[in-house]
Amino acid sequence: MARLSRDNLALAQEILARYPRPKSALIPLLHLAQEQDGWLTEDAMEHLAELVGVTPAEVLGTASFYEMFKRRPVGTYVINVCTDIACSLVGGDELLEHAEETLGVRDGGTTADGMFTLQGVQCIAACTEAPCLQANYRYAHRVSHDEFDQLVDDLRAGRKDAEIPRHGVLARVRQTIPAERAAGAIVPEGQSEPAWLAAAESDAS
Amino acid sequence: MSDTPPQTETVTFTLNGKAVEAEKGELVIKAAERAGVYIPHFCYHPRMKPVGMCRMCIVDIDSGRGPALQPSCMIEVAPDMVVNTESEGTKKAQDGVLEFLLLNHPLDCPVCDKGGECPLQDQTIAYGPGESRFVEEKRHHAKPIAISQNVYLDRERCILCDRCTRFAKEVAGDPLIHFTERGSSTEIATFPDDPFSSYFSGNTVQICPVGALTARPYRFKARPWDLVENESTCTSCSVGCRVSVQTSRDRVLRYQGVDVDPVNWSWLCDKGRFDFEAVHGDERLGAPLLRRDGALADASWNEALGAAAGHLRTALETGGRGSIAVIGGARLTNESAYAWAKLAKGVLGTDHVDAQLGDGLPAAAVLGLPRATVDDVCAPGGTVLLVAPDLKEELPVLYLRLRHAVVSDGARVVELSPTATGITPHAAVSLRHRPGETAAVVRALLAGGEAPAGVDPDAVAAARDLLAGDDLTVVLGRSSLAESAAGPVAAAAAVLEARPGARFLSALRRANVHGALDLGLAPGVLPGRVALDDGRDWFTSHWGSVPAAAGLDTAGILAAAADGRIETLVLLGADPLADFPDADLARRGLEGARSVISVDLYRNASNEHADVVLAAAGYAEVDGTTTNLEGRVSRVSQRVNPPGTARADWIIAAELAFRLGEDLGVESVADLWAEIEQVAPAFAGLTADRLASAAATDGFVVPLPAEAAPEAEPDEAAEGDGDAGEPGVTQPTAEAVSEPADAPATEIVAGADEDAAADDVEDAAADEPGPDRPALLSFAAGAPGEAPAATDAYSLRLVVNRRLYDRGTLVAHSPSLADLAPPAVVHLTPKDHDRIGVGVAGVTEVRIRSARGDVIVPAVADKGLAPGTAALAFRQPGADAATLLDAAAPVTDVRIESVEGGGS
Ligand code: SF4
Ligand code: SF4
Ligand code: FES
Ligand code: FES
Repeated sequence: MARLSRDNLALAQEILARYPRPKSALIPLLHLAQEQDGWLTEDAMEHLAELVGVTPAEVLGTASFYEMFKRRPVGTYVINVCTDIACSLVGGDELLEHAEETLGVRDGGTTADGMFTLQGVQCIAACTEAPCLQANYRYAHRVSHDEFDQLVDDLRAGRKDAEIPRHGVLARVRQTIPAERAAGAIVPEGQSEPAWLAAAESDAS
Repeated sequence: MSDTPPQTETVTFTLNGKAVEAEKGELVIKAAERAGVYIPHFCYHPRMKPVGMCRMCIVDIDSGRGPALQPSCMIEVAPDMVVNTESEGTKKAQDGVLEFLLLNHPLDCPVCDKGGECPLQDQTIAYGPGESRFVEEKRHHAKPIAISQNVYLDRERCILCDRCTRFAKEVAGDPLIHFTERGSSTEIATFPDDPFSSYFSGNTVQICPVGALTARPYRFKARPWDLVENESTCTSCSVGCRVSVQTSRDRVLRYQGVDVDPVNWSWLCDKGRFDFEAVHGDERLGAPLLRRDGALADASWNEALGAAAGHLRTALETGGRGSIAVIGGARLTNESAYAWAKLAKGVLGTDHVDAQLGDGLPAAAVLGLPRATVDDVCAPGGTVLLVAPDLKEELPVLYLRLRHAVVSDGARVVELSPTATGITPHAAVSLRHRPGETAAVVRALLAGGEAPAGVDPDAVAAARDLLAGDDLTVVLGRSSLAESAAGPVAAAAAVLEARPGARFLSALRRANVHGALDLGLAPGVLPGRVALDDGRDWFTSHWGSVPAAAGLDTAGILAAAADGRIETLVLLGADPLADFPDADLARRGLEGARSVISVDLYRNASNEHADVVLAAAGYAEVDGTTTNLEGRVSRVSQRVNPPGTARADWIIAAELAFRLGEDLGVESVADLWAEIEQVAPAFAGLTADRLASAAATDGFVVPLPAEAAPEAEPDEAAEGDGDAGEPGVTQPTAEAVSEPADAPATEIVAGADEDAAADDVEDAAADEPGPDRPALLSFAAGAPGEAPAATDAYSLRLVVNRRLYDRGTLVAHSPSLADLAPPAVVHLTPKDHDRIGVGVAGVTEVRIRSARGDVIVPAVADKGLAPGTAALAFRQPGADAATLLDAAAPVTDVRIESVEGGGS
């Protein structure tokens, strides 16, 4: 684990080819790395830096801006319980407390078996369905305490696998763009690719 | 050169009720500042692109739709714009921004290095609210954390202005620090275990507008109000960045960059910034040493100078004039260099004098080639040909300037180099070739010849197109110490043949090497860029005598010494055992000289062989001038006293002359300068007054252009032009001489303010029609040397390059830098790397064997290398590349084999 696997590297190349500049592919590639390992390892960030031609610090700068990119290991399921105003008025805080009891971890913690990470979060834009939560960003609406326990049981038992993939998987259906429609790499304006580069690469092979 | 002033349109706008002119496109903040209205700001920096991060510069700007608060660092002036920096709205905005910036600011000014020179402190007092409504707990962070060996970050103090991060990306090109997280958690960070190891990291400390970034070598050393400063010039390399030397109680505590347009734009490299530690190094020599009973021991100056003079006298008596040789001088100020040239050539009568240690270019090329300035090389939209070492490693701030020219100003670089360099990613074309082929590649590019095999033909074609214009600027230096200087010199000749109007910037690295050469510390030349034969009459009239014939360079001197033909060898701040790229010859030379006199700041490998070591005063301990690679003369200032009884180099020269019964005729640095201005043709007109004027901050490129010499008397001027225009040059490239930058200076009669001593010297020349002031030297291409034989199938051609941090004196004696020197490692092409079997079965090290010797070093694969070469840096810890080199060989071929079992 860590750097992109062979298969994922091939996927990464395909993603890179879609964009006119490699740097534009950074966010999709971060998702790919998170899908591979469940979270973003330093090795993966370094690998992405090499792929898009920036420094690891720049990858970190981008990744850390987004809450969805986890830079610490998280459970197979990340459960976000909304505690913002609408949910809070109809029991969001109690739901979080209940979740803490059920899972035996505090807000922000991960269960010992590595199955669940629990987080209290700000509004997740489903206020009409309060109190609500997300498991790996898949919503559950108007959640009662029993329904919460049921959800946990189902996830543990694998009964929800069809709907809720493990953390890091954004979607099961991967977008494919036929190669002929990819923008392809373009050389930045006003610059030509140094000819020795191609020479050095063919020399190396 | 286009002398048309840049076409700038002006725009008139209203600033605080007054009409003000500004340049079109100028930012409001800058236009206001030029009009004398200061707008407070944090993130705006005149040498970087504006970002509008901090909002401190918000003022009322009315662009026709009524006044609105807008950041003046982001808005360009427009006709009829009305700007009010004193409105109620502006005041309120400033109040608010400062209150906001201080919400999380720890206000630990009493223990903050920046306190006393802190823009946040100053602006809070000048524009701030005076009190805060924020009563909640502030944000806390561990403080400080090291983001590199020498730069510490206190995140609590950071106001997120983006200056450091912008500098890292935009200016240095090392984006190793970045904003991370978001909102109020935003902080500056490096990637874990990937420190901000930029050669330019220290600049972030200087530009951080708060005390968030501090420099370890300066932390808690002084308060700004205890510092006394003088402007000076960095002499850690030949770029000659302008610095302010800041001291307290006779200690240098830091250097800060000073913004001068023609050179460093306020930036410094970390070597230049932090090697002030070497000024006060523990091992500095505070007294002369004399060999007694086989060992060097402290001595009095009287004894030591007596002994040194004794050695020189004996040499003169037994071996004659040609048996004395002087190596070194690049550390010296111009004044000291002149004093030593006068001592060596005028008093001792030897021409075996060389300020370079076999690692540079012949003086005739450096002094004689038509010259370019840094601004010429970095001209917007220009094309520059690099036949030079890695500028990032050797002349760091020149690299910054050139990088800026490419990235922001559309300049294009064609690079010839055996290895990838710091500038390679920015080069329009970077041609890989093997040492020994430099001139052939240049000919292929400019004269349409055939490129040597192995050089990429597409790159050659691309480079040809770029270099098609007539104007060509070349940076010329040694990209490999394993290739003799004949390579680049032949390349220069090839350039001039194809492009007679080409101009050159010398990429010699050592401190004041250009000043030393200008002042005659090289064989075959006399002070002021004059060839020995051309200047014979003139200097004989001033000095009494000059050497009869051109002498030897350092390689020649060492070889002569090894043969027993040198009685006394003077090491003028030189350590050939460490620095001469042929360790064996250096050792034999030092052992072969009958006596060795060293003038140095430190003990070193070479002066362990000395009979007398004279302790010299170094940087920041002497006043004078230095000359950078453009030929720009600028002042260096004394701020502290030398350790013990160490003395300025020129005093040592004068004392030695005195003990030999001669008088150098100078009693002060001012005397020396007055004499240089009178006697050394390239310096004519650069009077002490000029050097003391306000314009001196930028320095003066010598020779001064004729029109810059207002006091010149017309007839004298005409006469000067006359003999200069007829330089008596017979070489084929004489056309090049007509280039204005190289035109000899107009002869000038200085004002009546010169010192008496100078007048004495001048008497002869002033009263009688003495010899004419000689013309400046110009470059004559020699016969093209034989192209070195091809390497055999089992050998690789060695490239010896340099890194910024090595085991050189300054770095080694600066604790903050010493351990940054990377260990020696040989770079191989991926093909050779695999062929030799590195990385297989635990093999990590290889043995490099040349005709001279062998070393064992780790090896890495490097895609940026020319095929058939191997690269090893000079003077790095772990291996001595000099043991592989033969000073007499045009190139060095080596065999490389894996060393079984890996580690040593
Ligand atoms: S560390 Fe200093 S320069 Fe960098 S963002 Fe913070 S305040 Fe600005
Ligand atoms: S580039 Fe050279 S002159 Fe400038 S700061 Fe660095 S060492 Fe000093
Ligand atoms: S407050 Fe909970 S979803 Fe909006
Ligand atoms: S100086 Fe203008 S926003 Fe910072």
